[in-house]
Amino acid sequence: MDFSIAALLAQDGITNGAIYALLALALVLVFTVTRVVWVPSGEFVAWGTLTLAGLQTGRAPDTVKLLCGMAAIAGLMEIWGCVRRGQARRLPRRLLLWTGAPVVIALLVGALAPMQLPFAVQVLLTLALVTAVGPLLYRIAYQPLAEASVLVLLIVSVAVHFTMVGLGLWFFGPEGSRTPPFSSASFAIGDVHVSVQSLLVIATSFSLIAALALFFGRTLYGKALRATAVNRAGARLVGIPPDFAGALTFALGALLCAFSGVLIGPITTVYYDSGFLVGLKGFVGAIIGGLASYPIAAAGALLVGLIESFSSFWASAFKEVIVFTLIIPVLLWRSLTTTHHEEDE
Amino acid sequence: MMRLPWSTIAFAAFVGVLAAVPMIAPEFWVTLGNYIGLYSIVALGLVLLTGVAGQTSFGQAAFVGLGAYTTALLTTTYGTSPWFALAVGMLITAAVALFLGFITLRMRGHYFPLATIAWGISLFYVFGNIEMLGGHTGMSGIPALTIFGVELKSEHRYYYLIWGIALGALWATNNLLDSRPGRAIRALKGGLEMAEAFGVDAARLKIVTFVYAALLACISGWLYAHLQRFVNPTPFGINQGIEYLFMAVVGGAGSVWGAVLGATMITLLKQVLQDLLPWLLGRSGNFELVVFGILMVLLLQFARDGLWPWLARLLPRRAPKAVAPAEPLSTRSRSPYTGPLLDVRKARKQFGGLVAVNDLSFEIRQGEILGLIGPNGAGKSTTFSLISGALMLTSGDIVFRGSSIGGAAPYEIARRGIGRTFQHVKLIPQMTVLDNVALGAYLRGGTGVVRAALNLDAAEEARTRSEAARTIERVGLADHTFEPAGSLPLGKQRIVEIARALAADPMLLLLDEPAAGLRYLEKQELAKLLRALRADGMTVLLVEHDMDFVMGLTDRLVVMDFGEKLAEGLPAAIQENPSVLEAYLGGVV
Repeated sequence: MDFSIAALLAQDGITNGAIYALLALALVLVFTVTRVVWVPSGEFVAWGTLTLAGLQTGRAPDTVKLLCGMAAIAGLMEIWGCVRRGQARRLPRRLLLWTGAPVVIALLVGALAPMQLPFAVQVLLTLALVTAVGPLLYRIAYQPLAEASVLVLLIVSVAVHFTMVGLGLWFFGPEGSRTPPFSSASFAIGDVHVSVQSLLVIATSFSLIAALALFFGRTLYGKALRATAVNRAGARLVGIPPDFAGALTFALGALLCAFSGVLIGPITTVYYDSGFLVGLKGFVGAIIGGLASYPIAAAGALLVGLIESFSSFWASAFKEVIVFTLIIPVLLWRSLTTTHHEEDE
Repeated sequence: MMRLPWSTIAFAAFVGVLAAVPMIAPEFWVTLGNYIGLYSIVALGLVLLTGVAGQTSFGQAAFVGLGAYTTALLTTTYGTSPWFALAVGMLITAAVALFLGFITLRMRGHYFPLATIAWGISLFYVFGNIEMLGGHTGMSGIPALTIFGVELKSEHRYYYLIWGIALGALWATNNLLDSRPGRAIRALKGGLEMAEAFGVDAARLKIVTFVYAALLACISGWLYAHLQRFVNPTPFGINQGIEYLFMAVVGGAGSVWGAVLGATMITLLKQVLQDLLPWLLGRSGNFELVVFGILMVLLLQFARDGLWPWLARLLPRRAPKAVAPAEPLSTRSRSPYTGPLLDVRKARKQFGGLVAVNDLSFEIRQGEILGLIGPNGAGKSTTFSLISGALMLTSGDIVFRGSSIGGAAPYEIARRGIGRTFQHVKLIPQMTVLDNVALGAYLRGGTGVVRAALNLDAAEEARTRSEAARTIERVGLADHTFEPAGSLPLGKQRIVEIARALAADPMLLLLDEPAAGLRYLEKQELAKLLRALRADGMTVLLVEHDMDFVMGLTDRLVVMDFGEKLAEGLPAAIQENPSVLEAYLGGVV
């Protein structure tokens, strides 16, 4: 291996790592607020790419139908909830939010899809569509179980992952897709070619990471969201509605993942089931950060990207093995530095 | 005429139907039956690991793969006997499970399941990429099993082997659950603090449970390899691992029968869906996953305990096994000791900048009831936790019968002869009063997992049960022996906690606010019991804030306020002490 190959691998690794970092961020975000280990995050990535690819061909993806279906279910759940608790007055607003808004987004995307709009608009439509699935998913699958243990929520996540992979196959078919890059320009520094797309990916990831770290560390609203994770009842008592916090977090998480999907589309071919491995690589990063720290999780995800890129050069067949075995020394280190007086949940 | 119990009849009917399947049913059903048996064995391990011990594993399929690939490699490439390969496979599996368990099970819940996902994926790629293992195409030509000269080539014959092993695993797991280690494993889910207070080394026990589940998976894999005579990586991937977990959860992870029920349901459902969905949707693919996922979410939302409890409700309840009189368990040797039983020396606990207990010193004398009282927030409960080992001392020491227990783990403190109760009752609600109290005697028995699973612990078990029954009688709850502990009113649950602590044969009993939430008559009962225990020579430390309750009962009082000792002395003197009055009533009355 000479320097230019190493530089190329490093560039690849950092670019992929930046995308994993976005995912790690979404995972830490969702976990700290809702205690949900968000296994299906990867499916949101894949849906992001595949929805955009669908829009490229001028066809409204089936995600539109799914969104309408989920909106209908969420609406029924709201009606049932309001009737049971005798809060009929709140119903119109809630229906507008849970059923009206997603249906409007779905119709909008459905109407605009065949018009072959500029790329940037297609990206926006993709983000709107996939992001809207996040809070609906929370409302339908997780909110009724919000008080359950981390383990129950984890099993729900795995079940949702199964469902979304199956739906992905149904919606997008077994063929993989690629999406066009934002920019195909590149320039050379010495022997090394640097693509503008890579720089763009890295820059976006890191500005988002910084923004989120600021939001949760410095603003009252961010702190309020974190408080919900620790104690839902307590948060409600001090005026933070935990269900709203959960839905908002899932929207943010879905946005981050869909965005990762748009970024990863030009780099690699994405299939309906590609998301799981991508998401799990984000996980390895998030676990390095203890599912709690944004900067460490981002650094961990970068490390994952670099290790992946270099191991694909030396032992490409064992790339996945190496990346996922990395979790073992990390857990070993965590287990040796954590006292074992902690109470199980 | 002897009447057979209902459960025996139901079991005999089940075995009868099982045995009849290969004789009367078509080939297709035998094949399905084989798979259900193989899956049940894996799901049984998950019942113990997930349903009972509360640890979720998504990676069981990888252990199945270890069992299958070990025998595939050894019997084809090296020509060894399948039975030797089984032993090697189990050794490898145990080693891997021990290592993974050691690094992940000592931490909070969610690291372990995530590690099992990562481990499940890695091993799948290892299987698929090692040339010696045939890569993604797999290995064929695995020999058929031979037992006593009979070659098990046909699926019909193999069926009996699979179900023989499955029923054996069912029997062993059932024995295990109803034994000394089984009670401790059941206690793990209710929080480690309680289990450890009775001498259970929780981390070790969780690892043992994981190894047990992994070994069952490995056996299932070995059976699979010799049934198919061919292996490739696909059935050992993460999706199959998740499906095993679904089986346990759908069936009802709290009961061994839930494993069989879940394996049956998922296998049949998958069959139906694989035929039905492509026809409905007009294309083929793994669409049963969509339905599985949705069913799973619904199940967790509406029936988190799975289907077995619903079915079990239709069956008549099994009559409790009577307690036969047996020799008492041996008691600890009480060498004469004249100093204070417990000596708290300048104990200090800081949480960050807050000093919760500030260089507190007092002693408990042999045979007395000492009350530790004080207003809310005085540091009583923290002091209690320091003595019981739930919290670590910042500085100072605690000495029990002349040797230090400051900084010792809770199970070590239990071993030395200190029993405790909890402020918020920590019983296992579904377990009978008898079993809850028997858990207290954990340290007085020695049966391990293997002996328990093979049902070789009958003598010790009889002694433990009779000891527990005697203790329950001593505290006056004999009428409730076989009721689930969770069905008793709070006052009685507190007494069950005391019985559980007594079953450990302690020299010192620590009671954390035993009167909190009790009605007047219940308090009277409790006081009467404590007096009777003192008359038998028991030493008691009572942490309370109910003044009336402690006044008539205790021999001496230590009063705390703001983490410091405010006063110490006879109850009557404390009652007159002006600084105590001020702390309690906020000034001169």
